[in-house]
Amino acid sequence: MKKNNVIKVVVVTMILALLAGCGAKEGSDSIKIGGSGPLTGDAAVYGIDVMNAAQLAVDEINAKEGKEYFAFKMEDDAADPEKSPIAYSTLMDWGMQVSIYTVTSGAGLAVAEDYNNDRIFALTPSGSNTGLIYNGKVNYDNAFQVCFTDPNQGRASADYIAEHKLASKVAVIYRSDDDYSKSIYATFVEEAAKVGLEVVSETSFLKDDADYSAQLLEAEKNGAELVFLPIYYQPASVILTQANNSGYAPIFFGVDGMDGILGLDGFKAELAEGVYLLTPFAADATDDATVHFVTAFKEAYGTVPTQFAADAYDAVYAIYQACKAGNVTPDMAAADICDIMIDQFTTMEYPGLTGTSRWAVNGEVNKSPKAVIINNGVYVAAE
Amino acid sequence: MYFITYLISGIGLGSVYALIALGYTMVYGIAKMLNFAHGDIIMIGAYVAFFALSRFNVPAYLAVLLSVVVCIALGITIEKLAYKPLRKAASLSVLITAIGVSYFLENGAQLLWTSSPKMFSSIIKSGALELFDGQLSISYITLLTIATCILIMIALTYFINNTKTGSAMRACSEDKGAASLMGINVNRTISITFAIGSGLAAVAAVLLASTYPSVYPTMGSMPGIKAFTAAVFGGVGSIPGALLGGLLLGVIETLAKGYISTQLSDAIVFAVLIIVLLLKPTGILGKKKSEKV
Amino acid sequence: MANIKDKIKNIYKKKNSGVMSYTIVIGLYLVMEILMKTGNLTNLIKSLLVPCVCYIIVAVALNLCVGLSGELSLGHAGFMSIGAFTSVVVSGTLEEVITNDILRLVIAVIAAALVASIIGYLVSIPVLKLEGDYLAIVTLAFGQIIKSIIGNIYLGIDEKGFQFSFIEDTTKISENGKMLISGPTGATGISRISTFTAAVVLCIIALIIVYHLINSKDGRAIMAARDNRIASLSVGINVTRTKTLAFVMSVMLAGAAGAIYGLNYSSISPAKFDFNQSILILVYVVLGGLGNINGTIIAATLLYILPEMLRSLADYRMLIYALILIVIMLVTNNDKLKNRINELLRRKKKHE
Repeated sequence: MKKNNVIKVVVVTMILALLAGCGAKEGSDSIKIGGSGPLTGDAAVYGIDVMNAAQLAVDEINAKEGKEYFAFKMEDDAADPEKSPIAYSTLMDWGMQVSIYTVTSGAGLAVAEDYNNDRIFALTPSGSNTGLIYNGKVNYDNAFQVCFTDPNQGRASADYIAEHKLASKVAVIYRSDDDYSKSIYATFVEEAAKVGLEVVSETSFLKDDADYSAQLLEAEKNGAELVFLPIYYQPASVILTQANNSGYAPIFFGVDGMDGILGLDGFKAELAEGVYLLTPFAADATDDATVHFVTAFKEAYGTVPTQFAADAYDAVYAIYQACKAGNVTPDMAAADICDIMIDQFTTMEYPGLTGTSRWAVNGEVNKSPKAVIINNGVYVAAE
Repeated sequence: MYFITYLISGIGLGSVYALIALGYTMVYGIAKMLNFAHGDIIMIGAYVAFFALSRFNVPAYLAVLLSVVVCIALGITIEKLAYKPLRKAASLSVLITAIGVSYFLENGAQLLWTSSPKMFSSIIKSGALELFDGQLSISYITLLTIATCILIMIALTYFINNTKTGSAMRACSEDKGAASLMGINVNRTISITFAIGSGLAAVAAVLLASTYPSVYPTMGSMPGIKAFTAAVFGGVGSIPGALLGGLLLGVIETLAKGYISTQLSDAIVFAVLIIVLLLKPTGILGKKKSEKV
Repeated sequence: MANIKDKIKNIYKKKNSGVMSYTIVIGLYLVMEILMKTGNLTNLIKSLLVPCVCYIIVAVALNLCVGLSGELSLGHAGFMSIGAFTSVVVSGTLEEVITNDILRLVIAVIAAALVASIIGYLVSIPVLKLEGDYLAIVTLAFGQIIKSIIGNIYLGIDEKGFQFSFIEDTTKISENGKMLISGPTGATGISRISTFTAAVVLCIIALIIVYHLINSKDGRAIMAARDNRIASLSVGINVTRTKTLAFVMSVMLAGAAGAIYGLNYSSISPAKFDFNQSILILVYVVLGGLGNINGTIIAATLLYILPEMLRSLADYRMLIYALILIVIMLVTNNDKLKNRINELLRRKKKHE
């Protein structure tokens, strides 16, 4: 009897859940932009930032057009390659015509082929792995990136350090189960050898690790004057704190994932004093576009936008620019829109928050990263 | 000299594991259940201390106290609502419920406080004790962690062995039926055990967050699993075992990271666990129970 | 006519014949196939089919271990992972040699099952020396070790053959070659050759194996050893042998299911098969009922689909999922409620 009861309870719950799942279908007089990202789980902060910024851009565009020009839907993929095909299917059921792809690389790799086969134009704000836009010799002609590819960042960082003679002995601490971190690390080490930097210690950590003292000690032991951190700002903040606790004070050098460290709740800005980072977006910049975006974002969601948010905002506006230029209308099939968008993206220039962008045929973006140094708790352009 | 630095940092990490493992061990000893939500109580404790420190600027000792009180209340509530109704149910049902509670706490925390981590500022001043002309440095927080761990261990051992409630707890862990016949309120004893375990979790939370200053919704799950491993290492149900297991685990983990490979440190820790259990099937200090027909 | 009806009824009533399980699986398969052929299936449901069946198989396999043999395993995701990565390597290697997808899939699944059972056997030697919660923690440890080891394997293939390295990626794969497993990133660029039909066929095979085992002499020995070890020993049952049999069978099926699962995605990472994944599968087993194969199939299906059906709740969906889990456990273990439900059912029957 007991087993039957379990089944009955589960069935009833499922029916309730199914009923809850039924929503009204949306009209088709707007262009449907879809996208997926982690809205739950560890990486939710990125997905939610992207969702909010994209929504903000869509709202602004709709207000400007005086009608619902874009409809936007973001599905949760929990940054999980198993869930992203499910999120993708849900978006296809909804009738997605254009996509901001996935927020994270791992989830994106699992659907890259689907996007290409189904001819959906996909522009990822933040998925920086090259596997999202081409796979070996196969170019996913429908897929483009707003953020830098990982190899670019690694090379640019090594060049910058060598050019400005910041250090000759460098250590790298990277996250070995993260594509983003790993590929920046790989190209950094490669480029470092070319420009004459000596990499004295290469250590890594995993997603669930909380203690980086062994890695820092390794760097210190080998006399590293600079520690390169191709990682996101959350672990970086812990590394900075732990280094400070143990009295180790090298130069720290980060990439775009480091942006956001100053906005971290409870983080003491003095710990990040003198940290270099290469980033296309700085929330403290004073140009009109950035100020407008940051103010509007804060007003709507109460937090300071990160580079993920800026990239997502740019993604929607870039799609808007291409839609306008290519006269895309909501009644077009996704495949037709895809062709128009590919034409536009490979020829247009888009002036955005994260710099003026142009796109190569393989989907890579061309824009220049800015080196900034944290000085008295704010970003200052580095020489 | 670096070896000693690794060793001390390992003992610091191990002390935190030991404090968490105590909670597992005590609950297991008495309620015979694996409380998988224990790691998430640590997370809640860390959040409470974080908000107390950063939003209300209370002194450190008050923040710790507040965190302990909230965790105790939470531990008792969870026990009353989710575990008590299942006292007679199969142990696997209780395990699944504990997992449900764990998911609930993690996702609830994510909704309330977002998954963006909060930076915990250490409860004591940062810096390190320099020894041998600066060749060896031990951070203050590591010293505090080790000292706290030893103190709590002594207090707890005294409490278990020399007080009435402590005896009741030991009686319950031996035989619940007999204990209740002797006039011991078994339900109350179990509640007290949960309260102590959760209170210790709060202390561990503050120390953990002071050493690894990132507070986020899933922060408790990995230390939780490690501490659970530590408890088994030392022998589930044994208090000195939890201390020994925790310290060993912390030291092995740190040394493996320092001398072998950061990527393989987990594999090494678990491999050592397997070897220990093969040599001593009930853990290092576990009691061997003979099987009855 | 009545005679045939009775006969069918008897088949269903016969304990452990498994007819009910086959009916559920084949029924689900037919319904889904018909819906798919007539174009009535949403993309969402389509994308859930293969993984759902894989979880059913792993859950049934785990039930063999936990329910039938009474050994709590917290590491089945690890065995699933072994199956998944073995199949990806086998399929990736044979891609140009065997162009027939179905044949390649079959070979990959068999290879995965073999490798998983060999490792399962090796693991069982230390594991089965322990008992109860200690056994559980050692399976957890093995799950973590497997995850950690696979996460450090770099394996590629090019015209010079296989290239392998551990921890550091030192493989130098030429332009024409490809990486099969690249460390923590896992496998990418997998050709997706799993199909719903293949998954269901494997599921049926798994059910046949499990029911055959349950109804055999070995199966009865396994259950006897679970219920009373000493008594079983005294009547001459080789407890270690029976337990090893159940464990290895269970791991083998988990590996085979992992193979179908792995070949259903274009990329899989070792981190996916972590402790939480093992727990997830265990939840299916416990909710379905220990030793109850039908229950496991239904619980795995419903619980796998549940979070996707809760999508409209956005951020709240995992919270609701957790609550549902707790409430189900509390309700099903509540004697008062159970009695009331039973009473209601009895009354209903009287009315009929």
